Amino acid sequence: MAGVTFDRVTKCFGDVVAVDDLSLDVFDEEFLVLLGPSGCGKSTALRMIAGLEEPSEGTIEIGESIVNDVEAKDRDVAMVFQSYALYPHMSVRKNIEFPLRTRKVASDEREKLVHDAAESLGLETLLDRKPAQLSGGQRQRVALARAIVRRPKVFLMDEPLSNLDAKLRVQTRAELIELQRELATTVIYVTHDQVEGMTMGHRIAIMADGKLQQVGPPQAVYDHPANLFVAGFIGNPPMNTVSGPIVRTASDPAGSFGIGVEGTVIPLPAGHCAAIERSGAKTVVLGVRPEHLRPATEGGLVATVAVIESLGHERHVDCRLADGQMVISRLSSSEPAPLVGERVNLTVDPLELHIFDGVTEEAIETT
Amino acid sequence: MIFTRNAKARRRLRESGLAYLLLGPSLLIFAVFIFYPFLSNFYLGFFKTPPFPGLPNRFVGLSQYQEVLTSSTFLNSVRTTVAFAFLTVPLGIALGLGLAVVAHQQLRGIAIYRTIFSSTVATSVAVASVIFGTLFNPVVGLLPWLGINPQPPILDNPDWALIAVALITVWQTLGLTFILMASGLQAIPDELHEAARIDGAAAWSRFVRVTMPLLSPTIFFAVVIGGIFAFQTFGQIDLLTQGGPLDKTNVLTYYVFTTLRTENNDGKAAVLAVALFSITLVLTVVQMKVLERRVHYAR
Amino acid sequence: MHGDAPSPRRTASRNRRRVLLKVLRYLLLTFLAVVIVFPLYITVVNSLLSPQQIASRPPTFFPIHPQWGSYSTAWDAGHMSEYMLNSVIVTAIITVGQVATAILAAYAFAFLEFPLKRALFVLFLATLMVPFEVTIITNLTTITNLGWYNSYQGLAVPFLATGFGAFLLRQAFLQVPPDLKDAASIDGYGHWRFMTRVAVPLARPTVAALSVFAFLGAWNQYLWPLLVTKDDRYRTVQIGLKQLSSTSLDQVNVTFAGVVIAALPLVVLLLIFQKQLVRGLTAGAVKG
Ligand SMILES: Nc1ncnc2c1ncn2[C@@H]1O[C@H](COP(=O)(O)OP(=O)(O)OP(=O)(O)O)[C@@H](O)[C@H]1O
Ligand SMILES: [Mg+2]
Repeated sequence: MAGVTFDRVTKCFGDVVAVDDLSLDVFDEEFLVLLGPSGCGKSTALRMIAGLEEPSEGTIEIGESIVNDVEAKDRDVAMVFQSYALYPHMSVRKNIEFPLRTRKVASDEREKLVHDAAESLGLETLLDRKPAQLSGGQRQRVALARAIVRRPKVFLMDEPLSNLDAKLRVQTRAELIELQRELATTVIYVTHDQVEGMTMGHRIAIMADGKLQQVGPPQAVYDHPANLFVAGFIGNPPMNTVSGPIVRTASDPAGSFGIGVEGTVIPLPAGHCAAIERSGAKTVVLGVRPEHLRPATEGGLVATVAVIESLGHERHVDCRLADGQMVISRLSSSEPAPLVGERVNLTVDPLELHIFDGVTEEAIETT
Repeated sequence: MIFTRNAKARRRLRESGLAYLLLGPSLLIFAVFIFYPFLSNFYLGFFKTPPFPGLPNRFVGLSQYQEVLTSSTFLNSVRTTVAFAFLTVPLGIALGLGLAVVAHQQLRGIAIYRTIFSSTVATSVAVASVIFGTLFNPVVGLLPWLGINPQPPILDNPDWALIAVALITVWQTLGLTFILMASGLQAIPDELHEAARIDGAAAWSRFVRVTMPLLSPTIFFAVVIGGIFAFQTFGQIDLLTQGGPLDKTNVLTYYVFTTLRTENNDGKAAVLAVALFSITLVLTVVQMKVLERRVHYAR
Repeated sequence: MHGDAPSPRRTASRNRRRVLLKVLRYLLLTFLAVVIVFPLYITVVNSLLSPQQIASRPPTFFPIHPQWGSYSTAWDAGHMSEYMLNSVIVTAIITVGQVATAILAAYAFAFLEFPLKRALFVLFLATLMVPFEVTIITNLTTITNLGWYNSYQGLAVPFLATGFGAFLLRQAFLQVPPDLKDAASIDGYGHWRFMTRVAVPLARPTVAALSVFAFLGAWNQYLWPLLVTKDDRYRTVQIGLKQLSSTSLDQVNVTFAGVVIAALPLVVLLLIFQKQLVRGLTAGAVKG
């Protein structure tokens, strides 16, 4: 068992900087989810751990040792690919056995290991089939079995669930969490699906454009996104953002200024004002999670209901502000919902407001 | 950091080394048996081979090229080969295409017919030549019995020999042409035919408007290799006519062979080989240029 | 009578026309099949007749009393046994050699990075532009100087590698998903083992097609064996046919038997490996 450390790692493909100055500690026995939009460099980071790509700059450690010059086969990591990378001409048994064949494992021992791996993933009856004769979910399990069979120090998974249908994905998610607990190994899991990140990871590391944006436990990241990108990326529907000029309202009892939005001014609590003052930001962006934006009979922002999406257990009410900005309010289905076209007053508890610097897009801490 | 660079360089070096090791056997064969003999043709052409073995070769520069390439035997040989190509390629393709169209239908037992139509791929040039050589024989052959019995006998007849050899060649390559055309036809999606059918196109116009254009890449390839094959024709001539009668079947490759083998004239043979290569090259390029414009490539 | 329902009379006549059309189609197919296969058929028939029967008129189209003696004559006195053995040996060497060198070279082009890769690939393709006939002059000298004139080496070595095979297999190797290579290298499989256990098995249809193609080419060779052999110890079956047909006009049935013997391996090949043969030939056609 071992942790993994990126120390100022950069990877360039010609002019493309796929991973940009990445420093990240993955703890031993941790389930870390590497999350980010397509093309942000997640796979590249993962492949550098595996030894499939060489870093252009920086060092990678597995356990206590730097592995930059260690061949993939000697790193003692296993990888599950999005495509599963099963060998189409080999039976399930042969596929699972494949990693053992290069390591001097006696054949009866090998058989036992294959059997154990197959059993823990419910594949015993499928051992003699070829990959083409399996369903997507079964193939995915074979790929997992092939990874766990030799008990590696670190598991690397690159979007292993993305080829499954929605229902199977939810089920497999839970199984993967359990499997990680049982094996008690380090797992680094790449996905662009924030739900997988939120549900599976002990911590999530969010990347964009090759750069690490934020690392932390899922709930902490959700509650305190470090910048506008993370705020927009985590959470569904995404955080509402409203931008506007800073308006001085000296008379306001709550604070010294607010954010002007077409005529009205959203007042900010005193703590927020002080934080903005300290940061020296010229413009700010306000962020509100949809569940914190409540329709009320008066006050707040005036908006028109444009669309209502009903998801069964909740409703998403899309509203248009007078200046055209769209915001979403999330209501549980037991709450009364407004009608489409109706004018509503949207209110927010000032303590639930997130504030970002309008230029750097970094969060302005308000504690 | 430095040890990382070294390791990287070492890994790259090892990969390159492996690559050259894997390419080595092929490169060795190519160098010795293709590139070296190809290039040495140009060089050999500058030297006149002495009439008796043992005497030294004499450097004559370009004069041997001029002498050989303007000789009437050479020009006749090129004409003969071109004529042979014109006799074999269009007819072969037409027959192969016809067979492929006829065999392209849903009928019980069609697989048997397809196997029979492709059966001549199991024959070699030598097999075909010996079969027809015997069938055309004026004494034991069947052709005279059928009433086709020109004097002199067909393979010794200046008017007929080339045509006879061409027909034998067409038969021998018919299996290959059929397979080619049939798989070309098979690659055309059925929906296209069905669409044309729904549009009310009659069978013939479907063939001309839909099948032919979509099949044109296949036909294009068949023409190109047919032309190249024609310039490599040798076995038929050696077995059936030995270039005769009156040089009427003295195609270029056979001329190279007799120059090398009978005349023992390496210098002249080299010039002829250079000519053979150049003509093949030009032919290929011209065919590509001319035909490519008319070919409809399915996307 | 109007309406949509076709009258029974019309249906019957349409059915009759359909049946007639079908019969016509079969007639056409059968006619063409007979014309194409006739020379082969008559060869087999003639190989089972006596020379007198072959020369008799009208000809015999069916051997009522087949005489198999011609085969043993061709096999022994006609040296077909030696020719066949030589052909089998040379063809086997060439086929195995071509496929092996093609696999190695194609692997390098598909899976490895090295300096001059593009240039070398162009060089491989350039070999396709040089017809073998163009190289015989110097090759004959080379083979003679190597002491390989009239030997199996002389017959086979110049053909142990082809740019075409490397090109075709490279295409097949490029179809192997890159993830498989990555997975294998994590699992400790080096290039050699990846090639033998994964890449080649996955490219098996192409390997098979290439083998059939190489076999066919080697078996049918004529010009080079004629140039490089001088006696029956090394003559291949194609050259053997020339010997056989030129020596025994009075034994024309023996010649026909020899032809059947020479053609038999390819007939068997065609029947067993029809699919691979078609693949190989159509792939080969693209070569031009
Ligand atoms: N081998 C390569 N050569 C050149 N560029 C590459 C290579 N691999 C990745 N890139 C580039 O590096 C960037 C990051 O790619 P990467 O595959 O790591 O993204 P990703 O986050 O895994 O995306 P996805 O979610 O789509 O898989 C992309 O811009 C990609 O085009
Ligand atoms: Mg990826």
